[in-house]
Amino acid sequence: MIESHISLLLVVIPLLAAPVTALLPGVRLPWLTALLVSWVCFALAIWQFALVMDGSVISYELGGWAPPWGIEYRIDIVNAFVALIVAGMAAITLPYALRSVEQEIPKHQIPLFYSMFLLCMDGLLGITLTGDIFNLFVFLEISSLSSYTLISMGRQRRALTAAYQYLIMGTIGATFLLIGIGLIYAETGTLNMADLSNRLPAVFSHHTVHTAFAFIVVGVALKLAMFPLHLWLPNAYTYAPSAITVFLAATATKVAVYVMLRVVFTVFSTGFTSDTPTDDMFLLLGVLGVLVASFYAIYQGDAKRLLAYSSVAQIGYILLGIGFASALGVTAAVVHIFNHALMKGALFMAVGALVYRIGSSHITQFSGVGRQMPWTFGALVLGGLSLIGVPGTAGFISKWYLVLAAIEQQAWLIAAVILVGSLLAVVYVWKMVEVLYFRPASDTGETYREAPLSLLVPTWLLVIANIYFGLNADLTVGAATTAVQVLGGIPQ
Amino acid sequence: MTIVLLLSISVVVAAAVYLMLSRDLFRVVIGLTLLGAGTNLVVFAAGRFASVTPPLLETADDAAAAAAANPLVQALVLTAIVISFALLCFSLVLGARLRSAANSDDTHSLQSAEPPATDAVKPAEIKP
Repeated sequence: MIESHISLLLVVIPLLAAPVTALLPGVRLPWLTALLVSWVCFALAIWQFALVMDGSVISYELGGWAPPWGIEYRIDIVNAFVALIVAGMAAITLPYALRSVEQEIPKHQIPLFYSMFLLCMDGLLGITLTGDIFNLFVFLEISSLSSYTLISMGRQRRALTAAYQYLIMGTIGATFLLIGIGLIYAETGTLNMADLSNRLPAVFSHHTVHTAFAFIVVGVALKLAMFPLHLWLPNAYTYAPSAITVFLAATATKVAVYVMLRVVFTVFSTGFTSDTPTDDMFLLLGVLGVLVASFYAIYQGDAKRLLAYSSVAQIGYILLGIGFASALGVTAAVVHIFNHALMKGALFMAVGALVYRIGSSHITQFSGVGRQMPWTFGALVLGGLSLIGVPGTAGFISKWYLVLAAIEQQAWLIAAVILVGSLLAVVYVWKMVEVLYFRPASDTGETYREAPLSLLVPTWLLVIANIYFGLNADLTVGAATTAVQVLGGIPQ
Repeated sequence: MTIVLLLSISVVVAAAVYLMLSRDLFRVVIGLTLLGAGTNLVVFAAGRFASVTPPLLETADDAAAAAAANPLVQALVLTAIVISFALLCFSLVLGARLRSAANSDDTHSLQSAEPPATDAVKPAEIKP
């Protein structure tokens, strides 16, 4: 009974729980509700992933209206994988959130915070699971509106500015997506993505379709912070509450990348994009993103901001994988979606733990703290190694596949850029490590205790996952390989 | 009728772009809303819009009358209007909070959110 409704339950449970959470009194009760919901969703997401792991497809007709007329939830391994990341990160962020949120957010806003958190998770899950492109737009707006709210709840005044910047950029992105959807509907008369992929080839030569494609790609690129459309991201990640930075960094841009994969490969297919400069654009902007954002990261004085710029660079790697438009390249992109969620989750959690004790994310305040908070420091170092792509960590697996894809296409320059990007990552990770461990503690005489266990345990779970998926890549690479076949439209 | 719709979309989008390039916090928000309205008109144009024939099916037919407007786009536009209304409310509240916090509604003065760049590798010295 549950099995046939999993995909719907994943969206309906958080949606119903969100307003209930907002009404609950106190601090612990809303948190407990959110935690319970996220764990149930995680369990359902694992179950759903197991069902489609062999490459099969679940089609759920909403309200019994058969596709392509009704809204269809269409689950294959690609979106089950992304849904697993979203639900998993929510399930691991919420235990972390309790102490961190109690410190950062006024008590009366806490039920609203968890309610928004659930709505944000719901929006992201909805985007991944739906097979209807207008429904995707609606969920995109749900997740966007709730993330603007969550970012504006940050402690500093600048959180409001960051939320405002994200609001303007995000809304322009969503509006572009809507224009694109309107135009392809005018051309094909359908909104179902599987149906679109059948009907679009007949009208590929029409200018309306080209316009629609451009609008959709630019709109989604704004949401996934593709260089040079990333300007909202550093501020949003820097000033959002720590737990929200962890969750958004690990999921929001990843879901947007998923939408890009879906649009480029499933809805339009390489048959369309090979006639357009799309691939070259992704490669060029990917290379620029990796180099420029990594340089920016080196110059940042704020640890959260540094990691935010590093996220823009990592999105550059994913775009390179999409730009190769080969089986190996897209495998690398899908693997990196997962691995980057793990490493950025771990790193932002470690920095959040430092912020919890020190009260600032500015690197100058970190002098010598690494020796006083060894476990947090250890997590930061291991997460950093994964970010650099040291063998034995998850980051290595995705970079390895990306370099293989570059070599396969004899794109030596791009392979070199990937290596240079890793070297730049060494510099900015070292910048934090040096201050934390090798600088003398500040002479104010203040010592900091190790972060509380509720912050350390989720951080270390992610660190261990980083190492586990670095040593045993069967699950991630296996899923990504099947995903590439299921996405369709990619020459094998 | 097509010309009227075309002109109104152009005017609305031009006004939206003009307002969004302004430095005033609230003008940008209004511009954003107008852009949403312009988009809704574009989507609305995807169905037939000058029709008075109801999109009803007779029991024997399998398609609505040829002259009928597509009701689906109208449903889509309605959804988009609801979303943009929620967005407008939220952005106005955010703008008001921002103005009272920053004591300014000039978007340029909000750039104080950008911290100055520091020396690479070596962080700035700790000030006592």
